[in-house]
Amino acid sequence: MDKIGIAGNYGIDIRSDCKATIELKKSGGLKIELISKLKAYFGDKIEALIKDELKFFGIKNAKFKLEDSGALDFVIAARIEAAVKKVIASDKDYLLKIIPQNTDQSGKERPRRSRLYLPGNTPKLSLNAGIHKPDCIILDLEDSVAPDKKMEAAILVRNTLRSVNFYGAERAVRINQLPVGLQDMEHVVPASVNLILIPKAETVEQIKAVQEKITQIQKAQKLKYQIWLMPIIESALGVINSYKIAACENVIALAIGLEDYTADIGTQRTAKGTESLFARTQVVNSAKAAKIQAIDSVFSDVNDMDALKQNVLTSKALGFDGMGCIHPRQIKVIHENFAPDKAELEKAQKIVDAFEAAKEKGLGVVSLGSKMIDPPVVKRAIQTLEMAKLRGEL
Amino acid sequence: MKKADKFVKNAAGRIVPTIINGKEVIPFQGINKYRPTHKGAAPRVPTCIDYPADGNKSVKSLKEALIKSGIKDGMTISTHHHYRNGDYISNLVFDIAAEMGIKNLRWVPSAAFPCHKPIIKHLESGVVHHIEGSLNGPLGDFCSHGKMAGLGYLRSHGGRYRAIADGELHIDIAVMCASAADMMGNANGVLGKHPFGPMAFTKADVKYADRTIVVTDSLIEFPCYPWEIMGNDVDFVVTVDEIGDPQKIVSGTTRITKSPDRLLIAEYIAKFVDAAGILQNGMNFQAGAGGTSLAFVHFIKEMMQERGIKARSMIGGSTKFLVDMMQEGLTDYIFDGQTFGLEAIDSLRDNPNHIPIGIFEIYDFHAKGNLARMMDVIVLGSTEVDVNFNANCVSHSDGRMLHGIGGFQNCMLAKCTIIAVPSFRDRIPVIKDEVTTLVAPGELVDVIVTERGICINPLRKDLIEATKNSGLPLRDINDLKKEVDEICGVPNRPKLSDEAVAVVEWIDGTILDTIRKVEA
Repeated sequence: MDKIGIAGNYGIDIRSDCKATIELKKSGGLKIELISKLKAYFGDKIEALIKDELKFFGIKNAKFKLEDSGALDFVIAARIEAAVKKVIASDKDYLLKIIPQNTDQSGKERPRRSRLYLPGNTPKLSLNAGIHKPDCIILDLEDSVAPDKKMEAAILVRNTLRSVNFYGAERAVRINQLPVGLQDMEHVVPASVNLILIPKAETVEQIKAVQEKITQIQKAQKLKYQIWLMPIIESALGVINSYKIAACENVIALAIGLEDYTADIGTQRTAKGTESLFARTQVVNSAKAAKIQAIDSVFSDVNDMDALKQNVLTSKALGFDGMGCIHPRQIKVIHENFAPDKAELEKAQKIVDAFEAAKEKGLGVVSLGSKMIDPPVVKRAIQTLEMAKLRGEL
Repeated sequence: MKKADKFVKNAAGRIVPTIINGKEVIPFQGINKYRPTHKGAAPRVPTCIDYPADGNKSVKSLKEALIKSGIKDGMTISTHHHYRNGDYISNLVFDIAAEMGIKNLRWVPSAAFPCHKPIIKHLESGVVHHIEGSLNGPLGDFCSHGKMAGLGYLRSHGGRYRAIADGELHIDIAVMCASAADMMGNANGVLGKHPFGPMAFTKADVKYADRTIVVTDSLIEFPCYPWEIMGNDVDFVVTVDEIGDPQKIVSGTTRITKSPDRLLIAEYIAKFVDAAGILQNGMNFQAGAGGTSLAFVHFIKEMMQERGIKARSMIGGSTKFLVDMMQEGLTDYIFDGQTFGLEAIDSLRDNPNHIPIGIFEIYDFHAKGNLARMMDVIVLGSTEVDVNFNANCVSHSDGRMLHGIGGFQNCMLAKCTIIAVPSFRDRIPVIKDEVTTLVAPGELVDVIVTERGICINPLRKDLIEATKNSGLPLRDINDLKKEVDEICGVPNRPKLSDEAVAVVEWIDGTILDTIRKVEA
């Protein structure tokens, strides 16, 4: 039987995606079939893309079919590549031009109040994610991708990182659990990613393995940009080792994942969260000890904004700097409630004013009233004011 | 007879026919440039002695009523669309006509829906010559492929009233379904087993048609009051088992959208309305059903509650949502031309501040003042817009007819008309260099709001000035178009034939644009 490779999705409820099917033949040249309701608008361009990509992979004889429901070029290209790689072995990557907006690097201490998870294999959701202004967008290769779709998802995520404007959000990817996650990195690291989330982080060795992989890929491809790491603590062992993990090179935040954690300790996640209080405070403490950010778990009831608000306020009170979300409408609630309240803002302003005054006078020591202010406190106050500016409050 | 003949370029730069289905028409002259001076239509003069002394005009069947109304080849028959996609009566009328061997009828519904697909077989067999009214769904497709014998004629709701009242569109027989009626023909849409609300779209038909037939599935004892249709205007009353399927009136338009992108658009609109100084006590605004529109009202409602603002009136499509707002004291009045859901129907029937309105009052270009012009803000959806703020709501970018005009053109007269659109749909940019079909000239479209920013018409310097420091994402429409084209790629313009299949009439009765046959 001839070899058939299929990648992508097509169906009545699927939009902005396509399904590529390739059947290698011994002879007869290329037979290309395009099914798309956009044929009148983009048919010639799509066919040119198919031909160019099949030529790139050296496919000369095949039956190829593309069923399209409004996919953009980067999606079509990813689906073709994944289908091809199911029938031939190739280490070549078909890369579209990277958009200039996606070459910037993210700062270590930039705000990470909201991190929006997007299923890595659902292109429709990524197109407009940035307009909702999350601090960070995570293309997920782990839990939201079915096991048999991992390869095509990794290719799509790579193309998404290169082609989709996230309008200033940090570009992040959650890789699969190691060791599979190390393969994901072959696609992700060269695609100008800002941040890699490492699921089920339990040991320093895992973090080091990820860092080594980054160094190895970057060195081989002569890439210089900074890639940060955010390990997700999701187990009892992870909680115990959290400080050592937090202290690893390039780790800029420690996140906690409560669904897996509660399962690991043999209990259920509750709204009140008593069962995870120890883990949450431990993660905050480890992160702060390592002078990095602490990021809370996602809140999964997308319809209950009041409960989300309470959750955020608790989170903030425990010392977290941000949390995960799974729906764009959650972003605003998270930003509003992680924001400093009026008293905090006033205090921050006073500290910054005192700092400026001291600088002007050439004093090395900042004092406010009778109290000496340490540099980290000043730094924190500056951050607080910057966050308020982000929200348009100042 | 040619469907369309003697084409000229009109004031909007569009090539339009001056003869349509054998009749002379006037090309668009520009906004507010054309004023007819003739007297309007005069209704047939009836005499009471020709009608039963006891007032009982019941006949056994719709067929009998049509025969007694003198149905014959070439007549014009009207129906209304208050049952929307659940209407049974329009199809029944033409099934009967087909059975009687009648040909070349003209159907002038106030709107057509996918449930009217069976009319296609009557168009094919010649029972129906052509349709003047909205052409969407399967009927739109049929017409777009040039299969209709006559030229399609798209009018706005206000334009339809105007055409009937001005004597341009004469109705021979009006077949008006009502959820309740008495034997004399007094009828309404708020009583009976399947009420549907006000009967805004029946007013011109009942007043000007030669014969009016009321069809109901709930014949109640005289008098049926309120009498939105008055028995004095009615020739025959028919009782059937069901006039329609009330489940299909709603069709998903009465829930707030869950799409984050649409919610963002709605939120931008609400913030814009606030920044522009429109949100204040005593405001009047249109608050339509439909996902994004309703979401806009949801955000406005929150702002009104926070600041203690009360509107003077809101125009529906009314829903439970609007009724709740009135009950919570956020508006004094609801003007209602169309009702969705039983709560709204109850309110319309029982609350004197919930006022049913006719198309004449709200939309007619020849009314001595109309409500749409008095509205402070109206939010509309659209299929396409262009960099000159022209808007299209009837055809897809491939030229295929998708929707009727509805009140779209009429709402352009509001003090601030806002079009809410996604910047692209399934890779097709919504902002074009030039709209495929011109339905609303750009000088009347004040603001276009997308999920990627807000574009204010350069003509509205007042709105630009008022909102310049609002922190809202205000964009030049050309920049926004460029951004969207970079995301989607620039689509090829689909090839359309030269053959005209329909025209779009402007609210003053002139011809604004031509819709061409789709090749594919």
